[in-house]
Amino acid sequence: MNIASAHEGLTKLLEQVSGFIYPNEIEVHWSILIVVYPYLTGLVAGAFILASLVKVFNVTALKPTYRLALLTALAFLLIAPLPLLLHLGHPLRSWQIFFTPNFSSAMAMFGFVYAWYLMVVLLLEIWFDYRADLVNWGQTAKFPLNWFYRILSLFSKDVSPQAIAFDNKAVKFITLLGIPSAFILHGYVGFLFGSIKANPWWSSVLIPIVFLFSAIVSGIALVMLLYMVITPSRGKPIDMKCLDKVASFLLYAAIVDFSLEILDITHRLYESEESIKIITEMVVNKLFISLVVLQLLIGMVVPLGILIATKLANFNQELRKLLYFLAAILIQIGIFSTRWNVVLGGQMFSKSFRGLISYRMEMFGQEGFLMALTLLVVPFFILALLIKLLPPWGSTETLE
Amino acid sequence: MLAVPLSTPTGGRLMNRLNFVKLLSKSAIILVTGNFFSTVLKGSSDTAAKAYTHMKRYALGIQIDKCIGCANCVKACKIENNVPRQPFYFRTWVERYIIKKNDEVVVECKEGGAGKLSTELEEREILRSFFVPKLCNHCDNPPCAQVCPVGATFKTEEGIVLVDDDRCIGCSYCIQACPYGARYMHPEKKTADKCTLCYHRIKQGLLPACVEVCPTQARVFGDLESNASPLTRLKRMKKIHVLKPELNTKPKVFYTDLDGEVK
Repeated sequence: MNIASAHEGLTKLLEQVSGFIYPNEIEVHWSILIVVYPYLTGLVAGAFILASLVKVFNVTALKPTYRLALLTALAFLLIAPLPLLLHLGHPLRSWQIFFTPNFSSAMAMFGFVYAWYLMVVLLLEIWFDYRADLVNWGQTAKFPLNWFYRILSLFSKDVSPQAIAFDNKAVKFITLLGIPSAFILHGYVGFLFGSIKANPWWSSVLIPIVFLFSAIVSGIALVMLLYMVITPSRGKPIDMKCLDKVASFLLYAAIVDFSLEILDITHRLYESEESIKIITEMVVNKLFISLVVLQLLIGMVVPLGILIATKLANFNQELRKLLYFLAAILIQIGIFSTRWNVVLGGQMFSKSFRGLISYRMEMFGQEGFLMALTLLVVPFFILALLIKLLPPWGSTETLE
Repeated sequence: MLAVPLSTPTGGRLMNRLNFVKLLSKSAIILVTGNFFSTVLKGSSDTAAKAYTHMKRYALGIQIDKCIGCANCVKACKIENNVPRQPFYFRTWVERYIIKKNDEVVVECKEGGAGKLSTELEEREILRSFFVPKLCNHCDNPPCAQVCPVGATFKTEEGIVLVDDDRCIGCSYCIQACPYGARYMHPEKKTADKCTLCYHRIKQGLLPACVEVCPTQARVFGDLESNASPLTRLKRMKKIHVLKPELNTKPKVFYTDLDGEVK
């Protein structure tokens, strides 16, 4: 978007300002791309936590989703930094965050947190878990794919029971390391916002924890959706024991998340600090649909009701599947709205607490709706590719 | 038992103890006097040096009761610093406050204070009214510099907060972290921008542009380390307040006669 049209847009926004805002505040700096960023990392953290339930807590019923969850986490993690990069005024200078970071900046820690999670946790765990399969595929696949698997397996050939036992041990250890890492990854994203003392909408110790649990909710719901779509498309039956278990964990996480959100709202209203008046005005005038209707009602209360109903009532399999599917979709809408409300809500009121600012999403352009949509869709293509190359059901169906 | 009778054959031990006490007092005297002289000498040389070569700590005072809202400062700043002319980018601006008799507060800042004021009220409705010039507070504890991921925003030795255009990656985190709305994203440079206290001018002994053009001397520039500076005098003579002190940013724009309604 060129400068002239940007200014035209800002002039229009100026007319929509209600009350008084500082003159520099008219521009909303963190747009929909920054909404997409915490949504993506949340899915990563949540999917990983679901995977870790299998390895660390031995919830064997979840086994069919284990590898799918890992690959989902990887597919989304690869795209997660892109919205940040595209949003920068000088993307080509972004390497400075990695090489000359300012250690007092929460944002500067991104490089370390991201690299740690990608390299040390996710890739290592996937490698150890797939190693035996990679060796196997390296011998059975056709050229040139066999070479691809050989390289991926780092030319290891040992599939003796001892070697596999070691792989399993390594996976367990990395998962143990991975749980706090996943917490750090998304808790850190929450801290980016929660540590801004200038902004009462963000500045809260609860934010990282709310982010974390909403992440777990969204990640579990996504893997559940993927499992429900992919399994029938392969002509295989859905393992209802597994699905029921995933739904149970989704329910538990959603209960914690909902409680935290209600605690946050109650705390704000009860403390009723200086900013409460403008924040209430903002919620009523700017965020009513996205916060009250989408985030709380449709995205949380309704799916919670559905999940509780499936637990209490004796619905048949087909109805349960339908309800789970519906709940998981609604949860995705709800969590995306949560990210929207946090990121954009924090920029829709003036720090003078005297006025409200509007955000107008562009359709095209670097920070527009289409770009955001692309960033949300691309991980699914990456996941499809990963599933093609590293079939998650490889070992369960061939080795067991 | 540690106590030893004086007349016993173990007097040697007693002497040793006396010697020890003497030694202790001698060393204490040496220590104290030595310290005293070194302090005095060092202190005097420090003071002498300070008078001529002390590090400056620049800041700004704003006398609200003197501001007439002419916005000369806003215009001068835009020209001097090549600030984009559109009304979305300001390094300094002037807010007008009207506090009505029913305690309602109307704040206005059209085009940074340089535009035509549009709120018209009957005189009898108004309780009090005043202008408040604003700019970067050059905080001693700047949240913008804390959050900048690459250290592009930094505090100079003189306490002025600056942005390095060649380093800024344009992430806008500093804009989010500034409680005063003093920063904007430069539309052409794509880097964060804000008041520099006219660093290029003050380094040459000139006044910041906004101070230079203020017809009522509402803006007072000075060195906080110098007793003779107009700013130190202002701080001595007037009751001073800063914006949002509860955030512990330690602002260095000092306001006199600041109303509680100003945020």
